[in-house]
Amino acid sequence: MGYIVRRFLSTLPVMAVVAVVVFLLIHLSPGDPAALIAGDLATTEDIDKLRAALGLNLPLWQQFGLWIGKIFTGDLGTSIFTQVPVTQLLGQRLEPTVSIAALTMLITLVTAVPLGTLAAYFAGTWIDRLVMLFAVLAFSVPVFLIGYLLVYTFAVQLPWFPVQGYVNFSEGPGAWLRALVLPCVNLALVYIALVTRMTRATVLEVLHEDYIRTARAKGLGVLPVLGHALRNAAIPIATTIGAGIALLIGGVVVTETVFAIPGVGRLVIDSVQRHDYPVIQSVLLLSAGVYVLINLLIDLSYRLFDPRIQY
Amino acid sequence: MKRRTLAALAALALSAASLPALAQTTPPKTLKVVAHADLKILDPTFTTAYISRNFGHMVYDTLFAQDATGKPQPQMVEKYTTSKDGKQWSFTLRPGLKFSDGAAVTSADAVASLQRWAARDSLGRAMTGVGAEWKATDARTLTLTLNEPFGMVLDALAKPSGFPPVILPERIAKLPAASPLTEVVGSGPFIFKRDEWVPGNKTVFVRNPNYVARSEPPSGLAGSKKTTLDRVEWLYLPDANSAVSALKRGEVDYIEQLAPDYIAPLRTDSNIKIGSGGAYQGFLVMNQLHAPFDNPKVRQALLQAVNQERFVAAMGFPLDMRMAYCATYFICGSPNDTSAGAEPFRKADVAKAKKMLADAGYKGEKVVLMVPSDVPYLNAEALMAAQTMKSIGLNVDAQTMDWASIGARRAKRDAPDAGGWNIYVTVAGEFDVNSPISNAYLGAACGNTLPGWPCDKKLDELRTAWLKETVPAKRKELLDAFQTRAYEAVPYINAGQYSAAFAARASLKGLDKMWAGMPTVWVLDK
Repeated sequence: MGYIVRRFLSTLPVMAVVAVVVFLLIHLSPGDPAALIAGDLATTEDIDKLRAALGLNLPLWQQFGLWIGKIFTGDLGTSIFTQVPVTQLLGQRLEPTVSIAALTMLITLVTAVPLGTLAAYFAGTWIDRLVMLFAVLAFSVPVFLIGYLLVYTFAVQLPWFPVQGYVNFSEGPGAWLRALVLPCVNLALVYIALVTRMTRATVLEVLHEDYIRTARAKGLGVLPVLGHALRNAAIPIATTIGAGIALLIGGVVVTETVFAIPGVGRLVIDSVQRHDYPVIQSVLLLSAGVYVLINLLIDLSYRLFDPRIQY
Repeated sequence: MKRRTLAALAALALSAASLPALAQTTPPKTLKVVAHADLKILDPTFTTAYISRNFGHMVYDTLFAQDATGKPQPQMVEKYTTSKDGKQWSFTLRPGLKFSDGAAVTSADAVASLQRWAARDSLGRAMTGVGAEWKATDARTLTLTLNEPFGMVLDALAKPSGFPPVILPERIAKLPAASPLTEVVGSGPFIFKRDEWVPGNKTVFVRNPNYVARSEPPSGLAGSKKTTLDRVEWLYLPDANSAVSALKRGEVDYIEQLAPDYIAPLRTDSNIKIGSGGAYQGFLVMNQLHAPFDNPKVRQALLQAVNQERFVAAMGFPLDMRMAYCATYFICGSPNDTSAGAEPFRKADVAKAKKMLADAGYKGEKVVLMVPSDVPYLNAEALMAAQTMKSIGLNVDAQTMDWASIGARRAKRDAPDAGGWNIYVTVAGEFDVNSPISNAYLGAACGNTLPGWPCDKKLDELRTAWLKETVPAKRKELLDAFQTRAYEAVPYINAGQYSAAFAARASLKGLDKMWAGMPTVWVLDK
């Protein structure tokens, strides 16, 4: 318990540094939201007035203080452009991203771990080569290209799934799932490739251990032997999957764009393009928080796989 | 037998009972539109962004509106009068007009809205400059008093783009003008559904039950805007390929601005119809505060080198959607189309341009060109500009940045080597280009604050004279004189005219009634 508290407290300075860096990076980069809002035909006078109205003419330290002060009261600010509270924007965007992340990870887990284990068990055979060929292809072909191919094949030619859009879970699990299949398969291919390779490598290493030889010598069947191997190979696999989840939360931009899913990834990109400071700052800070939290959970999960680990 | 009869009767009763239920469950008639941009600002009198302008025409109405021929027609106004000297105007609102919240539209609402608009808009400011004073004399009548005649009163009240004078409730119109309005209450054909708005993804409108339509058929933005659509959804699909796939599949009905690369492939699809989305012109905007473009002769040299068709071809528009050459600053085909002053520059001539540049005394100063990286057609236009400038010997420093950075940097008056700039490219739609006053880039009043800072006293005098003139023949003379002077002073360079394209499901009804240049979707049916 003490370890968990210590680890949790150690994240606070990290978050403080992230807050300062994110704020400075965004505010010191070129670009002016007021100029964008005012439009193409605005005069410099109009833009200056708008900057003043938005508080963008205040010194940077003052803007930072105002932002941080609000964060401590649970107020993430208001979008400069839409005048919509950031919490509301995030609320709208979180469900699609979490849905994509969860389903993608589920597809990855049920596919990649068995595939990697299979490849390791049959290392050097045609099965191994086939699995590795798939992994290399899935990892090498750009996500947007696979996305277009999926859309063309399974949405335009074979109208099984919608081309674009997201359906909230509350509107029906069937429609929700149907809208998510293509984007999740698209995104999962990369993670399947990654986790398959990691699983193969770690399982292969474990399969050469003495205790596996002993288990085989005692006459254990294939599945129990693989069970032993997998449990001991689980830590690096869990680490890869955990890092994958963290990346997924913040990095589904291409998939969200190709399939027009209104998720957090696109919110970040749109906000960066128009320099919507309150949105970018809050989303990046939250993403960093999620990343730190997931890392903590992965560390804690190690004990599940290996009871010898003591904190 | 009895049992059968009873069963039949029961079945009949059940079917009869289910009829109203079926009628109630008829899905609403929804038009799904891929909007050209993501809606961010809900206030069309706060930004000149076209998406906010389009939003304005969905939910608000105007006193007058341009018809399909470009003429102002009464819209919220029932009748109007003007004095012989053109200084006194009276407007009476149509009876029964209501805002979407059910409140009656009064002349006080109109006066407050027009005062808010006049503080921002170029035409509004020009009217204020001749002493425009608005007054509500009774619930339905408002008057306008001017110190001197103004040739564009009705054009101003019917202005379709770049701050259209939409009518808001007085209480909203009187809110401080420093920030965009967020409450949306209008008397237009649709109601904005704020609870369904997902910025960056979807904007939803439903039919306004309080909309009072005119009896005339729709024409441009004028006439009846009564719609059979229950609901319109604007979807923001940033990936062009996804938008086209969704249209092919029938998931969306209409793409407001089709990426040029998809025009040719979609023309072969019988389920899709491609149409004109209005005329646009490309602009080369030069900073006239610093060398070399502070010298009009250098600007003329660059103008001489510009091959308009190559610019619009590079932007990807097919042959039939681009013009080989357009002489006017005011959109070819518009009521103000004129070729006055253009003759010396009609044919792009690099050799002549080189000589003109040398004669202008160009000393090899670096020319900072801002190249946008995130808007494909502007990127192509900027690369053509770089090539054209290099071809005549200008020392080009092409600096790539995103549009937001260009927006910030172009407002800087600093020297180009101190964070300023020399030239950038943009485009403008017909309604923002088609007259000396709507075209803000032709405003050459010295000391103005529009990026580029053109300064030419004669050009500005001609612009003001044209604005005030009320006799059509004299206005035409002044227009020609204005453009002739513009070709001498070169406030900016027209880099070619093209037509944007929309794509729609061919099964949509009313596509032929839509007004090019403005998505007047209320005329559509499905």
